[in-house]
Amino acid sequence: MRRIGAGAINAIARCGFAARFFVAVLYHSPSAFHRLQLTAREIYFAGVLSLVVIMVSGLFVGMVLGLQGYDSLNKYGAGDSLGIFVGLSLVRELGPVVAGLLFASRAGSAITAEIGLMKTTEQLSAMEMMAVDPLARIVAPRFWGGVIAMPLLAALFSVMGVFGAYLVGVRLIGVDNGTFWGNMQAGIDFWPDITNGIIKSVVFGVAVSLIAVFEGYDAKPTAEGVSAATTRTVVGGSLAILALDFVLTVFMFRGMANV
Amino acid sequence: MNRSTIDLWVGIFVTIGLGAIVFLALKVGNLTTLDAKPSYRLEVNFDNIGGLKMRAPVKAAGVVVGRVESVRLDPKTYEAAVTLKIDNGYQFSKDTIASILTSGLLGEVYIGLDAGGDPQMLTDGGKIAKSQSAVVLEKLIGQFLFDKASSGAPNK
Repeated sequence: MRRIGAGAINAIARCGFAARFFVAVLYHSPSAFHRLQLTAREIYFAGVLSLVVIMVSGLFVGMVLGLQGYDSLNKYGAGDSLGIFVGLSLVRELGPVVAGLLFASRAGSAITAEIGLMKTTEQLSAMEMMAVDPLARIVAPRFWGGVIAMPLLAALFSVMGVFGAYLVGVRLIGVDNGTFWGNMQAGIDFWPDITNGIIKSVVFGVAVSLIAVFEGYDAKPTAEGVSAATTRTVVGGSLAILALDFVLTVFMFRGMANV
Repeated sequence: MNRSTIDLWVGIFVTIGLGAIVFLALKVGNLTTLDAKPSYRLEVNFDNIGGLKMRAPVKAAGVVVGRVESVRLDPKTYEAAVTLKIDNGYQFSKDTIASILTSGLLGEVYIGLDAGGDPQMLTDGGKIAKSQSAVVLEKLIGQFLFDKASSGAPNK
């Protein structure tokens, strides 16, 4: 019983610390834009190095959607609607969510491990000794690098997915090229479909980046502590993405059902 | 890896990322039809709009000439008041008939405009006087059954 209570208090305290940490990161974020070099470096690590995995998985997800979607739609004689089916599912859901999950495991874990290891080797304390605020020098650039990289990655994922579905649907199965694109353009609007997808990916970027830098900063300064923090980043980041996705979808598309 | 190489890669990444968003907007989402083409508004009342929705296309002879801007119920006449947004390039005569049509049996609902011969054209805010309501399939079937039953009764 005592352990449950202690665990609960600890969890709440961590929540409070995370909130305080978020505010502190936001407070220090102007310095991330003053020193654009640092942020650019983090965009490179979080974004450019995730590019291959995002694009390849986008392509495959799109190809699977093309195959499965055509198979199911064709049962109802609606194989021509493949374009809109693939486009909507990618732009609204799969693009931001799957790209976010990949981002959490590819870049989030790396950020946590890096910051955790810096803490373990007391680089963070050394910086504080030199009157360099690690929040401004280390944490804020990584946070903003993730936030900037995430929407771009999600958009690329969606584009590769549409391209994969085009390859399978039009080239392989033989859906008419004009029907594929025409249906897609008729059914998907820039506002609200695509903008909502972008908003989702920005929110996921903030959530994953915050969890990653927080877990790294909060890690126990031991080898085990860093490994546990990395695990928590991937698990917590993925759960946060899926939960936030539900909440955002409820708000974004609830009104559209009866328009 | 030195600084400038990283900057180059980040530049490439941001460029293709923004390019992807533009691709989504133009090729997938068809933003081009959303841009504010100069247009004018027409009003039309229907007894029943069936499944007509906002942003449904308005077609004349099958060509899309505008979109449905809003649909609401006229509280006095209990008719559906529909506002259409028509591209400026198209003019319609005063005796144009607006009808609610469906492409295919289960296809999308749209408004068809049949131009008349009146030399006077409708202007912004003008009202289309003649309209033809949606064909509601359930009513049609009900009527058909009713007709069958009433015509069959005297023969007994």
